[in-house]
Amino acid sequence: MDDPGQLSEYGKILIIILIGIFLVAMTIMAARLLSVNKPTPQKLSTYECGEDAVGSSWVQFNPRFYVIALIFLLFDVELIFIFPWATVFGQAEYIAADGRWGWFTLIEMALFVGILIIGLIFVWVKGDLEWVKPIHQRPHVKVNIPSTAYDMLNQATYQLRNHREDLQEEAVIAKSDIVSASPKVAFKPRFKKPGATS
Amino acid sequence: MSLESQIQNNGVIVAKLDDLLNWARLSSMWPISFGIACCAIEMMGAMAANYDLDRLGVFPRPSPRQSDVMIIAGTVTFKMADRIRKLYEQMPEPKYVISMGSCSNCGGPYWQHGYHVVKGVDRVIPVDVYVQGCPPRPEALIGAFLELQKKIEKESLLGEQLFNQKA
Repeated sequence: MDDPGQLSEYGKILIIILIGIFLVAMTIMAARLLSVNKPTPQKLSTYECGEDAVGSSWVQFNPRFYVIALIFLLFDVELIFIFPWATVFGQAEYIAADGRWGWFTLIEMALFVGILIIGLIFVWVKGDLEWVKPIHQRPHVKVNIPSTAYDMLNQATYQLRNHREDLQEEAVIAKSDIVSASPKVAFKPRFKKPGATS
Repeated sequence: MSLESQIQNNGVIVAKLDDLLNWARLSSMWPISFGIACCAIEMMGAMAANYDLDRLGVFPRPSPRQSDVMIIAGTVTFKMADRIRKLYEQMPEPKYVISMGSCSNCGGPYWQHGYHVVKGVDRVIPVDVYVQGCPPRPEALIGAFLELQKKIEKESLLGEQLFNQKA
């Protein structure tokens, strides 16, 4: 093993990796060289069983799905930890050997679950478990002007110009145009009588 | 000496690259798996246990990207013609079409009064092999694949691919 000319076990693995990369690269290169490559827009279009694809697949996705998924994943992993804990640390031999062992493991797991439950309570209080967030706080700025100060302005009546009058007049004009317009003949053929001069 | 006999003799193959490629292609003709009408039942029969088209390397694929052959198994209606054309366009070259049954050959029983039937799928896409019958027996479809193998054997893919400047 001390001879540098000899391959170590890791060296053999390295050679296997290199040969593997070489073979795959050669296969891909051969396919690239030999295969027919004629891309067309139809060929590159999405395969939908012969139907034309409608719209784009870049749709907007509600990010609150990720919050729910994250919380779910957290407690999923917690459950996975609890199973080996229950079988390994809860063995009767260990507990029989030392009475404190059972209490130790129980408190440890209580700490672990407790921290996660604090996180769940935090999320719960923040309202992230509700699909529609219940509290929508509108920012409110305190100003010393009473709301009645604007009453005079709000209750006053104003003279308004009927802005539709112009439009109606235009419509009437357009209608009369259509009625009065007779089809203009762009080209009138003239017939020359045979024998007539000029 | 053909490739098959060389393989059976000693396992050592001496061939032109073109022949090798053609042999590889004709030994694994993957059809896109879709059937339009009753001919598809016979197609399924040909692919299932009794006739077992898999022994010829024919194995239906769920995507046109992976398939070489398109079996038009059934009546081609005008509605379906667009889809068939699109599927054909989405297949990679080299691609082949087997027209299976009278309906796709020439309109079949709908040749005169079928207001909705394309009178032959070869009006939509180029067809390599026609299979007669209404519907054709599975043996006829196997025969079509054998005919297609003969056609592929004569092709020169590399000539088109690498030396197309001369052609």
